[in-house]
Amino acid sequence: MPGTLRRTRSILDFALASLLRRKGRNAALLGVYTLVVFVAASLVFFTQAVKREAHQVLADAPGLVVQRTLAGRQDLVPLAWADWVRGLRGVRSVRPRWWGYYYDGAFGANFTVQASEDAALPAGSARIGAGAARILRVKEGDLITLRGHDNLPLLLTVQGILSSDSELVASDLLLLPREDFQTLFGLPPDQATDLAVDVANPRELPTLAAKIAERYPEARPILHSEILRTYDAIFDWRGGLLVAVLMIAVLCFAIFAWDRAAGLSAEERREIGILKSIGWETSDVLLLKLLEGLAVSLTAFLSGCVLAYGHVFLFSAPLFEGALKGWSVLYPRYRLVPVVDGYQLSLLFLLAVVPYTAATLIPGWRAATVDPDAAMRS
Amino acid sequence: MRRSDLFLGLLALQLGLFLAMLVYARRAGRGVDPGVAECRRWVAELRLTDLCLFTEARYTRNPALADLHTPFQDHPTALEHFPSGTLVAPPPHLTSPHAWHPAPNPKHP
Repeated sequence: MPGTLRRTRSILDFALASLLRRKGRNAALLGVYTLVVFVAASLVFFTQAVKREAHQVLADAPGLVVQRTLAGRQDLVPLAWADWVRGLRGVRSVRPRWWGYYYDGAFGANFTVQASEDAALPAGSARIGAGAARILRVKEGDLITLRGHDNLPLLLTVQGILSSDSELVASDLLLLPREDFQTLFGLPPDQATDLAVDVANPRELPTLAAKIAERYPEARPILHSEILRTYDAIFDWRGGLLVAVLMIAVLCFAIFAWDRAAGLSAEERREIGILKSIGWETSDVLLLKLLEGLAVSLTAFLSGCVLAYGHVFLFSAPLFEGALKGWSVLYPRYRLVPVVDGYQLSLLFLLAVVPYTAATLIPGWRAATVDPDAAMRS
Repeated sequence: MRRSDLFLGLLALQLGLFLAMLVYARRAGRGVDPGVAECRRWVAELRLTDLCLFTEARYTRNPALADLHTPFQDHPTALEHFPSGTLVAPPPHLTSPHAWHPAPNPKHP
């Protein structure tokens, strides 16, 4: 083993022994440090994963959704609009969508009810999302009752439950045949909730939206890119909010760590004086302090990141569920596909490891440059 | 065994786990996840526009289609309960199963 390496290992041994001499204080520091890295890394992993999942899952969402506003509120779209839009150059398909919300007062849950075009779904039956089945406590073949707009009960047989893999988009869905949807909500037959428009060339979407808005001034076209950007904005914002809340904890930690790292105790100063008097160089003392700082910060960073990965991708981020769930009764069960953003992880490394290590070096250097006799007497 | 051997062993283990995490995430990102494929199928079939993440009220369910005229929807991502809706947990009587609390929910969505 080369001499420099042997010397560094000996100093590392000494640094670890020094940390273990104050094991209570250092264990508390390591615990808090790891916790701060864990929460920050969990946030980074979670927001990145949800944003990517939204982009992947909604890649096949409609190119354009056309809504109508009437007297300042969203209203039903006349089916005549669909015929006109279908005639525009570049439009591949126009599909009216019939959908709405159904609030179940008994369960306190909101369901999304959508009319299905599936011929295999006969009248009087429904296909429901896995989350809805969980809340309603029903299985295939059971009956569910919905209260219609005329206050009459609508009985539906559960024909199927959507797979749990689809919970991220369809957990709260109740898919009904068109006629049952009409019975439930009593919509005018010549109107739909909105129109889903697809085009051959996505670059034509803004032009198409402009044409629709010109022909129908009350139309509100929503582009596919706007749908995707919504999720970027939501998770940046939510991530930002959580970071703002966590900032208090991070600041407390910073004060704690600074006090621990920057302010050497009299005992530590005396220790440095003794080391210098028995022949240690200033560079040896600095290496000792560097290794002490790195031992704590690297352990905290690596443990925090690995624990955060497990928290988000193996256990579906139970600590964040409360913030995301809000008032919801029905919350989907999903597992995020792992995403690790190298840039954000590097930033976290720079913020977590470098300041603490630097904070341990400066007082060490100050103490090491003082006369050993004065250091031992202080 | 020297303390440094133990520490370096532990650090190597942590580093190994950390690198495995990076490699696994990279590989998982390349393949097609069955959950994502299933969700995409339903999005394409039903022409869905939103993730089912915020089912708490009708105006939070489809943020991408938010209009300008409900409290949530000053703009598509404004949160109606901000900041309390995100930070304060709902009271238990609003979220527990109806069997124990048959009274109707006073806060209609």
